[in-house]
Amino acid sequence: MITAERKPLPEIKESISPYKKILIVGCGTCVAECASGGEKEVALLASALRMDAKKEGRDIEVREITLDRQCVYEFIDQLTALVDQYDAILSLGCGAGVQAVAEVFPKIHIIPALNTTFLAQTKEAGLWLENCRGCGDCKLDYFADVCPITRCAKGLFNGPCGGSKGGNCEVDPETPCAWHLIVTRLEESGRLGKLAPVYPPANWSKKEGKGPRKIVREDQRH
Amino acid sequence: MKPESRLRKVLTAGQFAVTAECGPPKGADPEAVRRKGNLLKGFVDSVNVTDNQTGVVRLSSLASCAILREEDLDPVLQMVTRDRNRIALQSDVLGASALGIRNILCLSGDHQSFGNQPEAKGVFDIDSTQFIRLVRQMRDEGTILGGDKLTLPPELFIGAVENPFADPRSYRARRLEKKASAGAEFIQTQCIYNLPYFKEWMKEVRDLGVDTKVFILGGVTPLKSVKMAEYMAKNVAGMDIPAEIIDRLKGVPSGEQKKEGLKICIETIRELREVEGVRGVHIMAIEWEEAVAQIVEGAQLLPRPAV
Repeated sequence: MITAERKPLPEIKESISPYKKILIVGCGTCVAECASGGEKEVALLASALRMDAKKEGRDIEVREITLDRQCVYEFIDQLTALVDQYDAILSLGCGAGVQAVAEVFPKIHIIPALNTTFLAQTKEAGLWLENCRGCGDCKLDYFADVCPITRCAKGLFNGPCGGSKGGNCEVDPETPCAWHLIVTRLEESGRLGKLAPVYPPANWSKKEGKGPRKIVREDQRH
Repeated sequence: MKPESRLRKVLTAGQFAVTAECGPPKGADPEAVRRKGNLLKGFVDSVNVTDNQTGVVRLSSLASCAILREEDLDPVLQMVTRDRNRIALQSDVLGASALGIRNILCLSGDHQSFGNQPEAKGVFDIDSTQFIRLVRQMRDEGTILGGDKLTLPPELFIGAVENPFADPRSYRARRLEKKASAGAEFIQTQCIYNLPYFKEWMKEVRDLGVDTKVFILGGVTPLKSVKMAEYMAKNVAGMDIPAEIIDRLKGVPSGEQKKEGLKICIETIRELREVEGVRGVHIMAIEWEEAVAQIVEGAQLLPRPAV
């Protein structure tokens, strides 16, 4: 999923300070799963802003709504009847959601309330780990299903650097060394020989390409 | 006179090579480079110039190497993949050769989060092993990535590093083998304090036959004090300083620790000379270039051979 974290309240307050009527829009998919932008988080943020305004003697109107998906037009359309009544939209969607909403409603100020972070697995309750960079050229099979582009701090393709210690990364000693995992997994399954050839430079054009990437699927268009 | 790699000549002549590290200044001061270089002149065969080591901004390695070349020294250009993509790397490799630099050491580099620019974007377009292969291709095949022909290939003696002491230890000799097969011709190792372990690793390296494919130079760093030893042992990942070494430094008064550190360093070099497959020593006297002359003299590595 795509993970995100809510921005600190003072930053959000600052960004909405010119406005009185605010529509807070959550998203029920990835950011709900990682507890940063779902219905519950929208409600929490709305009450925090209301209480804060009351304490400071300011007058604001906050309405809450959570779309199933903020990055898909069919769901964004639910806002069409509402936007005209508000000065600004505070979006708890990921960066893709914020931009999708902004494209549909060019006249209203859309403010992000989240910092979008990474593609993750939920390791355990309250712990998300980045494990994919969306490079567009998946070679997990070669690397014993541990992505070195994402999980090695230097993105090395040909073995561990000189700083791996006790199975952990020198850059963040709380993070396992991706190459320690790769070597161990291949060793245990008798496949270490796989690593002998020099792995060639990556084709980053599949990631960097000509700027933003797009997928066009004719079979899905109608 | 056409510049040549002194390091290559010394090693291929079968002589025990001596290299030392020179860290460029944190400013645009060419005299600092000349001063450090001249401290090493006559005591070493070649001088490694670090490339923004530990991610701290310093005078460029390429510029420093060109200055050392003017001083008639044989520089080893350290180049990291942290800060340059493949376009910049290939361009700088050509630039280095054009400036008369004849040795290159290909590294990935310390992660940017350790230095004084922790908000920098790490490039890591290619890794050190891929970089070794690339320089080898440029030199031997006269082409760049993608196959375009060079009008004149670079002339470079190609080196790499290895840390026998990092994890996973069982893979370290294999990793060296991989760098050798990528095209590395010489290897400089991480600082050696744990000699028994280093010897075991060298046996693995010999068993793989890698010592006959690359010239291995053992790395040493003189310890200045107990504090430095303890700091390195604790904070530098992949650094193996056995307790006996630290105890030995503790056993002398603080005013004598520098001298003891030099003694340990000299003894290490003497032992390294006896290890089969070790073809030289690389002295990394961090911000203590003055120590190199004493170490080389103490280890009876003078005079340096005429080649």
